[in-house]
This record gives sequence, C-alpha cells and structure tokens, in this order.
Amino acid sequence: MTAPLHFHTITELAPLVAAGHISSEDLTRSCLAEIAAHDDVLRAFITVLGDDALAQARALDGEIADGRCRGPLHGIPISLKDLIDQRGVPTTAASRVREGHVAAGDATVTARLREAGAVFVGKTNLHEFAFGTTSDDTAYGAVRNPHDPERSPGGSSGGSAVAIVTGMSIASIGTDTGGSIRIPSAACGTVGLKPTWGELPCNGIVPLSRSLDHVGPLARSVADAWLLYLIMRGDATAARWPLPMRRTIKGLRLGIPRAYFHDILDNEVRGRFAESLAWLRQAGAEMVDVTIPHAAATSPVYLHTSLPEASAYHAATIAACPERYTPNVRLRIEMGRYLLAEDHVRAQVAREVLRADVDRALARCDALALPTLPIPAPPIGAGTVDVAGTPESVRSMMLRLTQLFNLTGHPAISIPAGSTEAGLPCGFQLVGRSHDTEGLLAAAAACEPHLTA
Amino acid sequence: MTIEDWLASACADADRRGLPGLKPLLSALADATRALRAVDWDEARSATPPAWPSATRPRQQPRDEAHPGDGAPR
Repeated sequence: MTAPLHFHTITELAPLVAAGHISSEDLTRSCLAEIAAHDDVLRAFITVLGDDALAQARALDGEIADGRCRGPLHGIPISLKDLIDQRGVPTTAASRVREGHVAAGDATVTARLREAGAVFVGKTNLHEFAFGTTSDDTAYGAVRNPHDPERSPGGSSGGSAVAIVTGMSIASIGTDTGGSIRIPSAACGTVGLKPTWGELPCNGIVPLSRSLDHVGPLARSVADAWLLYLIMRGDATAARWPLPMRRTIKGLRLGIPRAYFHDILDNEVRGRFAESLAWLRQAGAEMVDVTIPHAAATSPVYLHTSLPEASAYHAATIAACPERYTPNVRLRIEMGRYLLAEDHVRAQVAREVLRADVDRALARCDALALPTLPIPAPPIGAGTVDVAGTPESVRSMMLRLTQLFNLTGHPAISIPAGSTEAGLPCGFQLVGRSHDTEGLLAAAAACEPHLTA
Repeated sequence: MTIEDWLASACADADRRGLPGLKPLLSALADATRALRAVDWDEARSATPPAWPSATRPRQQPRDEAHPGDGAPR
C-alpha cells in the first residue's frame, strides 16, 4: 500500500484490520486528521465525533486483540448523512428547524452498521432536509466540491461524497429521493447505490418524500457499496468476504435508452459516455437500443408526487417557524401546499405506466446504461447552466437522468467514468431489474474496471 | 378546476401571505401540471402491454444461487 490508509477501500483495509496489521484507531485518526485539515473549506461535516470515534475504534481494536472480528466492516471509519439517526447525536437535517434535536436511538441501518463494527466519525452536511440537489441551501454553509471548490459537489448527500473523495471517511451512508446518492457520486467521483425501493429500512431517517425515499451507500468501489448494502439489509452473507463477483463483462447486455435521456447532454459528458460504451463493447459487453416511451413526463410526475409528500411532513413546522428554513427550501415546501389532490392521483397512475415502461426495457437486457448527470458539477449558487449552447435550469438538469428510477423504484448505481478536461468527474449509471439489486451490483462490478481504466 | 383558475387563485394567496417569491414557482408548477394532464394516464395504463411474457419473466435469484458458497464465514 503506497497511498495513505484513509484512501483505501474497505476491501483492501478489512484483512489488515482483521489481522491486526493496522489498528482501527490509527485509521480513524487518519480520517479525523483529514477532516481537521480540509473541512473548514469543504464543509463536508456538520458534526465530527472525534473522541467518541476514537473510543469506538479502541474498543474494536480490543476485540481484535481478543480474537474477535465482526466481519469486513470491523473498525472501518464511515460517516452518516445528517438525516440518519445515530444514538445520542443530533440529527440536524442541515436545518435550524431541528436545533436542539438529539437522536434517542439508532436508525435501523445505523444499528446494523454498528453491530457490524463500523466506526462513526461524524454526520455529513447536505441540502437542507435533502430538498435539493446542490448542497448549498444548508444552515451549515455550502458544501464545496474538492475537484473545484467553487463548484457544487451535487446533492443532497454532498457532504458524504466529499468525505469519501478526501479521505475523511472510507465510505458513507446517504439517502436518495430523486438522485441524492447518485448525483453527488457522479459530481465527485464515487460509487453510489440506490437499491430497489423498500429493500433497506428508512425508519430513523428524516423523510423527504416517503414513496420515493431510499437509503444507500456511497463508497470507493462497487465491492464496498455491495458490502454496505448487504449489512444494511441485515444479511448474514455480509460476513462472507470477499464477495463472489461471478459476473463477467462478456455477454453482459446493456440497454441504451437514447430518446429523452440523450436529448440534453453537455458535450464532454456525451463524449465520456460514448467512450465508456466503446470500452465496454471492446471488453465484450453487448449493446441494444431501448425506449422508455413516457420518459418525457418524468419531471411533472416527480413534482406531483414529491411536493405534496414533502409538504405533508413539514406542515406543522412550516406553519410554526417558517423563518427557520433556508429561503429556497421554504418556498419549495410552500409550493407543495397548493398542489391539487387530483393531480397527485394522476401522477400515481403515471408511475405505474413508467414502471411498466422501465420493466419492458429491462426485459431486453441485463441493465440500462445512461449518464448519471447530463452536466459536470455546476458552480455553487448557479440557477442556470449552459448546456451545448442553451441555458438550462440547474435543478432540472441535476435530476433529469436519475429521478425516473425513484418514481419506479428500480435499483440504480453510479460509477465513476472519466472526467472533463477541467478535471470534473463524470458518472456512468446502470439501472437493474426491480428486486434484483444484487444482479445490478454484479453487472456494475463487471463494468467497473473498464470504466475507470 | 382549470389550471389557469388554480394558478390565479394560488398566486393571489401567495400575495396575501406575503410570499411573492412563490409566484414564479407556482407558474412553473402550472406548466408541469399542464404536461401531466396532457397524457390520459388511465388510457396509457390500459394500453400498456405486460413487461414480462410469462415464458421470459425473470425470477429473483435465490440467495444461495447468488452466493454459491465460496468464501468462508469469518
């Protein structure tokens, strides 16, 4: 190992920790040192659990010394998006609305990670209440992209992606309602998995839109994301390591949806995606064109689903203390209060149609392949960006290629796939069959070495 | 309620509540509602063929098949 400890994957670190070659305390100290060195600028963390994290690490080192290893996550420092409860720690949701809150218990996923031996180094910054895609509307200061601090890291799980890229934590847990795991993963260059809807429990996590919310991992590799997914699912197979990634790229059939999905793409993003497909084809993957006939309706259907669900959750606090929300998030919550019930119902019927569209496309292939983001990371605070000569809304661009799969519930993953000339990462998104998240992960693991080469 | 009536009523309420910044968002939401209503979703749902003809319907891999026993328990 030549890179510092805190830049390695769980896969690489797990056997070293288990054998006592490196201590969890040293690893945790390395991550905490990175936070101390860089977080004043990047603002990835809202709460840093320095002494508490070191105490957790020492206790886990003691178990190794006594001959007990809990599994591959034993002693590995990770972070939690500050929407996810950790016992005895505030869950701020990046909002002044939640000032004074301290979680009475762990979210179910937190408890499962704790049992598996994770060390929690802190709670990461996000777009307030996860209600945005840029991580700049937050009560704790805009999160900055480590590849260019004048740019957004994406969101809403922006702090989680930044923490991984900078070595502040080895992996992180985020949430995804319209793309909030995959968007920052693409913008920062990490792997981000949104499992099938409903697979991982969301109790103990502040909701945004309950029928669209997912919890999932951000990590440095598909293998790490797979491991964290299994642990959060409460699966005993997570104790087996390494995972048997049997799928090969040869014969993997990728469906390429072009209409709507390729209509508005930054030229460099388009170029990187075409290169990725060429590398995968050269490695033995097969490509087939597929269509999602009603994809153009994605954004209206999403709005008429997410806005009323979010407004219902916030109804009491938006009435009692509206001034405590950041201005943009407050307005979006207010907007949802005006939506008509009949249009919400229409949107739910539309979701059934979209779900069937995606199922039909997946009947012809193993996974859909498309860019994660149509643009590279936008400047912080920008309302519009130029895309191939046309000004486009940042918000609609950020959500354009991800939100469909929240509406339909299909599992989706973003994998790093090159970068622009300015060094901004691009993401390659794969979408799998419903209730076959492991099939998607196997396909992603097969593609991964050919995308990052 | 027509979208135009809805938008006029919503904007008037936003003004009454001292939230003029909401009006452009409501206008954008009205555009989205027009796009949503442009499709007869009940008709689209009825016209949607099944995704999986019974002969090709995928089954979820049983756990033991997905992880066929290699890698010793730790």
